[in-house]
Amino acid sequence: MRQPDWQIAAGTAPRGGDAPAVSAADIRALLAESGWLAVDASALSDEDDLYAAGLTSHGSVNLMLALEERYGVEFPEHLLRRRTFESIAAIRSAVAGLLDGAPGAG
Amino acid sequence: MDMRAGSTPAENGQAAFRDALIAAGLLIPTGVDGLYGRSGAFEDVVERFNDLITTWGGGDGADVMRFPPGVARHQFEQSGYLKSFPHLAGTVHAFKGDERAHQSMLRRLEEGEEWTDAQMATNVVLTPAACYPVYPTIAERGPLPAEGALVDVYSYCFRHEPSLDPARMQMFRMREYVCVGTPGQVMDFRQRWVERGRALMESLGLPVAVDLANDPFFGRAGRMLAASQRDQGLKFELLIPIASAEHPTACLSFNYHQDHFGLLWDLRTPDGAVAHTACVGFGMERVALALFRHHGFDAKAWPAAVRAVLWG
Repeated sequence: MRQPDWQIAAGTAPRGGDAPAVSAADIRALLAESGWLAVDASALSDEDDLYAAGLTSHGSVNLMLALEERYGVEFPEHLLRRRTFESIAAIRSAVAGLLDGAPGAG
Repeated sequence: MDMRAGSTPAENGQAAFRDALIAAGLLIPTGVDGLYGRSGAFEDVVERFNDLITTWGGGDGADVMRFPPGVARHQFEQSGYLKSFPHLAGTVHAFKGDERAHQSMLRRLEEGEEWTDAQMATNVVLTPAACYPVYPTIAERGPLPAEGALVDVYSYCFRHEPSLDPARMQMFRMREYVCVGTPGQVMDFRQRWVERGRALMESLGLPVAVDLANDPFFGRAGRMLAASQRDQGLKFELLIPIASAEHPTACLSFNYHQDHFGLLWDLRTPDGAVAHTACVGFGMERVALALFRHHGFDAKAWPAAVRAVLWG
């Protein structure tokens, strides 16, 4: 399968499927579409506390499932924690670690 | 001792304790794990303990409400229970067919075939926790008074988790005090009951420990909910060894729901903020079993100090 140009440009190694690389902008867009936050996701910095922004426990579960579907990954047991999803930066780090095949990197 | 093939030592211990309770006549078997009748002696202990809870908590002026062991299906659906505990819920189904369907059902019953697939859901769901009918009831009243709301409920509950452990029944009673108010009001309530609950149970000569806990949420999503609940210190349990010393049983629980039910039911404080809720729950059968375990199967032979607390 031909890789999208942007992935090649970003130097991402082709993967078995067409799993995209993870960016803060993608995660922010996912949050903006979801309705899980009480605030406008575009106004959040990468480090802002998503729980303070209205993310509930059930919302974080839905976020986890949406990330798994979007990136074709599965969060292992040790990442099923509140702090894994506490900010856009934390999520990006966890997903990037899973995409690199290094679950501990999150 | 009843050693069942393929069972763990813990299960053997649970089964042995259950068998001893049945042999002593305290529990009456039905052939279904977790579904028991109770003897008069057992019920006397439950009733005396229920009165003891009132002795400790009755002065707070809680609004007493008694609901049957079923909740309205529309309230159950709105409660979010199925998001967290689909594996524990029990719905009430009933026959709604015509005479032809009746004949078909009887024929299948007679021939040992599946007959329950024609049963239709009713508008009743078995109560999963005594406090579930409280939140919509309080919400119906409009904004809370300044002091918040305090409710006393007591109900049989159902959870579909058949077990050899007599302390894990499918149908059991739960007494609860439920507090609805500001975060400060409900946290004060919970802290007061952690201290009271410990003192109350120690007055019965039982070995207690209070520990951080989580609810038995379903699946992988549930593991995350459980970790989140623990990270935030939302649930504590008062534990007493019953069927096992290594795995003591939760007999009381102290729960802070934050704004979970407040958001679900639009519960509001006088200034319009979303109300927070907390509850203390007493597992009535579990407390009775703890007493029988630690003081013996004959309540008349219990230590005088314990008998004085329960029977005056």
